[in-house]
Amino acid sequence: MLMQVVPVAMGIFCVALLLNLWRLLIGPTLPDRILALDTMYINCIALIILYGIWQGSNLYFEAALLIAMLGFISTVAVCKYLLRGDIIE
Amino acid sequence: MTLLWISLLPILGAMVPLMAGRQSRIQCAWLTAIAPAAALILVLQQAPAVLKGEVLRYSTEWIPQLGLELAFRLDGLTLLFCLLILGIGLLIILYARYYLSEKDSMGRFYSFLMLFMAAMLGIVMSNNLLQLWVFWELTSLSSFLLISFWWQKTEGRKGARMALTVTGAGGLCLLAGILMVQQVVGTLNVDEVLASGDQIRQHPWYTAILIMFLLGAFTKSAQFPFQFWLPHAMAAPTPVSAYLHSATMVKAGIFLLARMYPVLAGTDLWFFIVSLTGLATLLLGAYFALFKHDLKGLLAFSTISHLGLITMLLGLGSQMAAVAAVFHIINHATFKASLFMAAGIIDHESGSRDMRKLNGLIRYMPHTAILAMIAAASMAGIPLLNGFLSKEMFFAETLHQDLLGSLSWVIPALATVAGILSVAYSLRFIHDVFFNGEPIDLPKVPHEPPRYMKIPVEILVALCLAVGIVPNLVVGDLLYAASSAVIGQMAPNVDIAIWHGLNLPLLMSITAVLGGVIVYSQRKRMFRFQGQFQDRDAKLTFEYIIQSMVEGGKRIVLFIDNGSLQRYLLCLLTAIIVIGGYAMLNLQPLKTTREPIPLDAITLVGAFILCCGGLATAFWHHKRLRSLLGLSVVGLVVSIAFARFSAPDLALTQLSVEVVTIILLMLALFFLPQRTPKESTPSRIIRDLSVSGAIGGIIATITYAILTRPVSSISDFFLANSKIGGGGTNVVNVILVDFRGFDTLGEITVLGIAAIGIYKLLLRLRLSMPASDVIGRSWSPERYPMILATVSQSLLPLALLVSVYIFLRGHNEPGGGFIAGLVTSVAVILQYMAHGVDWIKTRLNLDYQRVVASGVLIATLTGLGSWLFGRPFLTSWFDHFHLPLIGDFELASAMLFDLGVYLAVVGATLLILANLGKMTTSYRPLHKEQD
Repeated sequence: MLMQVVPVAMGIFCVALLLNLWRLLIGPTLPDRILALDTMYINCIALIILYGIWQGSNLYFEAALLIAMLGFISTVAVCKYLLRGDIIE
Repeated sequence: MTLLWISLLPILGAMVPLMAGRQSRIQCAWLTAIAPAAALILVLQQAPAVLKGEVLRYSTEWIPQLGLELAFRLDGLTLLFCLLILGIGLLIILYARYYLSEKDSMGRFYSFLMLFMAAMLGIVMSNNLLQLWVFWELTSLSSFLLISFWWQKTEGRKGARMALTVTGAGGLCLLAGILMVQQVVGTLNVDEVLASGDQIRQHPWYTAILIMFLLGAFTKSAQFPFQFWLPHAMAAPTPVSAYLHSATMVKAGIFLLARMYPVLAGTDLWFFIVSLTGLATLLLGAYFALFKHDLKGLLAFSTISHLGLITMLLGLGSQMAAVAAVFHIINHATFKASLFMAAGIIDHESGSRDMRKLNGLIRYMPHTAILAMIAAASMAGIPLLNGFLSKEMFFAETLHQDLLGSLSWVIPALATVAGILSVAYSLRFIHDVFFNGEPIDLPKVPHEPPRYMKIPVEILVALCLAVGIVPNLVVGDLLYAASSAVIGQMAPNVDIAIWHGLNLPLLMSITAVLGGVIVYSQRKRMFRFQGQFQDRDAKLTFEYIIQSMVEGGKRIVLFIDNGSLQRYLLCLLTAIIVIGGYAMLNLQPLKTTREPIPLDAITLVGAFILCCGGLATAFWHHKRLRSLLGLSVVGLVVSIAFARFSAPDLALTQLSVEVVTIILLMLALFFLPQRTPKESTPSRIIRDLSVSGAIGGIIATITYAILTRPVSSISDFFLANSKIGGGGTNVVNVILVDFRGFDTLGEITVLGIAAIGIYKLLLRLRLSMPASDVIGRSWSPERYPMILATVSQSLLPLALLVSVYIFLRGHNEPGGGFIAGLVTSVAVILQYMAHGVDWIKTRLNLDYQRVVASGVLIATLTGLGSWLFGRPFLTSWFDHFHLPLIGDFELASAMLFDLGVYLAVVGATLLILANLGKMTTSYRPLHKEQD
């Protein structure tokens, strides 16, 4: 059952990624694009976890963990830049 | 062993004056003299054996892998030079004590002098050509320091630079010659080289070897056409001139000729080059010496002339000529050193060296005058003085050659002319300075120098007389031993006699003396004649040549390195297109046997997103933040791709590097102008597009070609040995910390240096900060949004936990010190962003420079630790242990190394990012400029 569901789910996340990309490219405002990138991070986490389930390996878990953490920080940095320009003050 | 001590003592002695610098001047001089005096005693102890014809040797390993040994030898020639170097050196030390003024640093002077002495001893005692060359260069360097001792004077600096350039260039030629000899003979050992003269002379490289050695010797000994540096080196304090430019350094070139005489001499080429160069130098030097008004200038040119004489004698090639050359080395050193010292005394006690002002000094300093006159008479070649004996031998030898066939008589004729000139300038030295009326407006009233200042001159002049009157008794044995060493076999038994009967050489001497008197009496006319020439200053010409070379170099550099990044990229990429493209033309077929991985839709989507991200980054490059977002997409997809193609380590690394890069870019972006104007012309855009398109095509082709080829790489070795050799199952990590640990150590060191460099660059930097964003809205007033502050604070422990986890499991599963370090730094940077520098400052007051340093130190010490167990640097160790509650676990020295990597990465990243951030805060490092 899982072996059939996982590819389907991965396909759906791919579509989501493409839509994120579309939003990133057309904008129109910077927050739109930032949000698009952040969503891409989240969708990638899902993709990696699904891939790990599909492969039956837990080797990919850390990658997902790091994307979650670092993606957040990267988004924070960009937002801070939008707000204040200077991200460390 | 004694030989080692002889050469070591002056080196050790160079440190004595530095330490004794605080003592009184006389104490400093005495303490300095201890080492050379001890060395001299050791040399004298060995002298009896050497005079009997023995060659003493000592050698020990230095760098055996390179065929380098620390080898010394002491034969007759070396003994002679050792006596000159140490004996005259001691006299110079005494003399300099009185010559240098209160303002000059005695310690520094003596230290340079001892360094020079050590270098000279090294040259003459080396039994290894490369070792000889090292000391040879050391004399160039130490003489540079000595000539520029009065560095506040421009002549001193320029003269020193000129001497260094000329002798340094000659030194490089000598090195080339030495290396060629090594290729030919197969050894650098002087004994063996001396024994293989025939082999070298018959080798096709002989001409090249000879020319390289001669270039080295001629530059050092100021032979034509390199004679120009010596007069300018006279800007040195007079003790230096007396030591370096009469007795020792300029004789190093002569020594080299003499040392290599058995190997290089004996061919027509040697005769022609060496003797004719010597003759030209002899005449030129003597001629110009006559017209110098400066006392030291006269002596400098006379030195050049006498060096030419010795060179010419060596060039003549007969055994007696070699004996005469060695004899003249001794004589010239004694009378010229004493003359220089006398000139120094005159300069010191009358305030001038200009012979047009110095007149009639015999009334003011009779004692010095007599000493100087005897020495000058010896220089002129007056009987009963040593100069006469060797000059007479020289005249005799010029008669015994038939270099120029039927025109051979020219050489003795020219030698006589040189003799005439030499008598004339010696006469000028005596008559102009000590007689010829009264002094003309001297800065002070001349008077006799302190008693001890005259002692060195007295000793040398006494030697001149002793050698001149009873030569066989005083130097007979030494001369015989030294000449035998030069010739390479037993020297002809010479009986140096003052009276040989009425013969041609004596007539030449008489002609020289009479001619000299006539020339001197007609000096006014000669001066007038010489005055018609434009006075050419070698220093200006030299500086002009050097400056134009520098200018030329700058122009070439500016042509290539014009500061435009686009230009560099264009050159670089064009080169890749040409070279890479050419290679690709020959690559057939593009695709080979390897089966491609089946394509799936998800990978295709990833590739599509990657392409779009890349294109968007390039397309948006004028809008920086937006472009940065495109770059993030690229980074994200690349990390996913690493994970997809089973490289989880790379995925983790890529992710953490990615976010650090983004933060770094954003910190830097803040200070850049907000908008970039479009500057590229359409034609330029087309050019850039076509170049980048071509490079993209080539890289893509190469990548495709590599991916479709079956590979056999060294990775199999690592896969097989990772567990058994390195004790870890994560091959990537084992390679980083074990197999290639040395590379990693180098990399973290570079990282640390780069971080500290960036820190230093940022330290005083002031940049204007934009007051509003790109559209003109002012910044938000809220500095630290509360949600962000709360969330990030709770994230910190989790992030640290993750980093510890990644660090610990790194050896066996994806992770390691590098990734853990980046994760830690990113977590800390988040606190900086959320709370500001002030908040961090009170909670985490870490000196990041120290963190970097301790990281590198830990890694290095781990590497060094393996030495304790007698293993090579960075050998790793691991074992398995058992603890209750935790269970089995593994400990490896690689983990300690990884800890070093971790600390270095954390320190470097935080040092860079936090300091970039601090530039806008009150923590801008201003405390250093408190005024």
